[in-house]
Amino acid sequence: MNSVAGINSVRFILLLLLQVVICNHIDFLGYINPYIYIIFIFLFPIREERLVLLLISFLLGMLVDMFSDSGGVHAAAAVSLAYARPVLLKSSFGMLYEHQSIKFSTTDIGSLIAYISLGTVIHHFILFSLEIFNISNILLVLKKTLFSSIFTTLLSVLIIILFSRNRK
Amino acid sequence: MQQILNFVIRNKTFLLFLLLFSIALALTIQSHSYHRSKFINSANFLTGGVYGTMNSVDQYFDLKTKNNILSQENQRLREQLLNSHATADSSYIDSTFSQESYRVTVADVYKNSYSSTNNYLTLNKGKNDSIKRDFGVITSNGIIGIIDNTSNKYATALSILNVKSKINAKIKSTNHIGSLTWDGKSPAFVQLDDVSQFAPVKVGDTIETGGESSIFPKGIGIGTIISFESDISGDTYTIQVKLFNDMTNVGTVYIIENLDRTEISLLEQRNNE
Repeated sequence: MNSVAGINSVRFILLLLLQVVICNHIDFLGYINPYIYIIFIFLFPIREERLVLLLISFLLGMLVDMFSDSGGVHAAAAVSLAYARPVLLKSSFGMLYEHQSIKFSTTDIGSLIAYISLGTVIHHFILFSLEIFNISNILLVLKKTLFSSIFTTLLSVLIIILFSRNRK
Repeated sequence: MQQILNFVIRNKTFLLFLLLFSIALALTIQSHSYHRSKFINSANFLTGGVYGTMNSVDQYFDLKTKNNILSQENQRLREQLLNSHATADSSYIDSTFSQESYRVTVADVYKNSYSSTNNYLTLNKGKNDSIKRDFGVITSNGIIGIIDNTSNKYATALSILNVKSKINAKIKSTNHIGSLTWDGKSPAFVQLDDVSQFAPVKVGDTIETGGESSIFPKGIGIGTIISFESDISGDTYTIQVKLFNDMTNVGTVYIIENLDRTEISLLEQRNNE
């Protein structure tokens, strides 16, 4: 097992546990929870095969679903995020992505925040629309999406900055 | 043939995405229908194990409040015992014919959620403790939910804070029944629908279980009436009920089995034929 696979496996397990043990039970103001397990999808190595990312995202979402008894909503949202990731990368990092030379630990903070927040909003919108599954409650979906996205983005950016090495 | 293969290879990412997304969507839709056996639920050894470890750490943090709740319950039960004593020894109970009709099992809550619109609890009792689907779950204050899925050691319960949940309930002072639902908004309030317009509804009245379904015994507290309004059709009331239970803080629950349940359902089935 090389170090990239090692780091990603450890990240997978740690983020999953962090999500189901702590983050699912924060319930800030009654309903706002961060879904930080998507950091794994954000930070997945870019040069890897996209099919692998799709499959692993599905597995990750499914496991979160299993822990939170939510059917398949996390799996669906995670797979969509994984599928949309190249577009997000291109729009947030531009040329860097074209050259396949993004290093998340050294990119400038503005692009990183744009990337994370865009992805989070997409993920959360799909997550909450499927969870509530009722078009007449669209306001509730939007409200949950907005507040949880803010929470998740903040936490994700903080975690990525804290745990990335040699950031100047 | 060649072209089809080429198409598949060219669009393999999109096709895989479509496949995975539809699997997830199917599971979601299935989970939205009430009482369908599910593959993905938290009553299995993996999630149960993780939640069990978490619970064993977590329970130290609220020992004091739990003790308080227990002593309050003890006090209430002791009062009941002392008050019933006088009547109990004057009459003779034939133990052959009077059997108890409810069996109670104590369980710890391993996971509780209240922020989603479909909330479930994970409990640490399962098939090994002869817990089955459709047993009632209550605390000392009132009802919590209904057992949904069970594994050998764990069970999940459909919380009353679940838009799928529908529980028979009545107003305590009269016998007008309705069905208890949740609109998915606040974890402190549930709604009692379909209460007849003839019912004398007063703010502050108590709502309790109706005993019409064979899941809960009659007369278990649910909450008090906060407000009520007429339905669009004008025939029924929709009542806002404030729960006795703080659903955000549930530690120990009692699982209730109605021992006469099979008999009752057999009888009702015969009526339907």
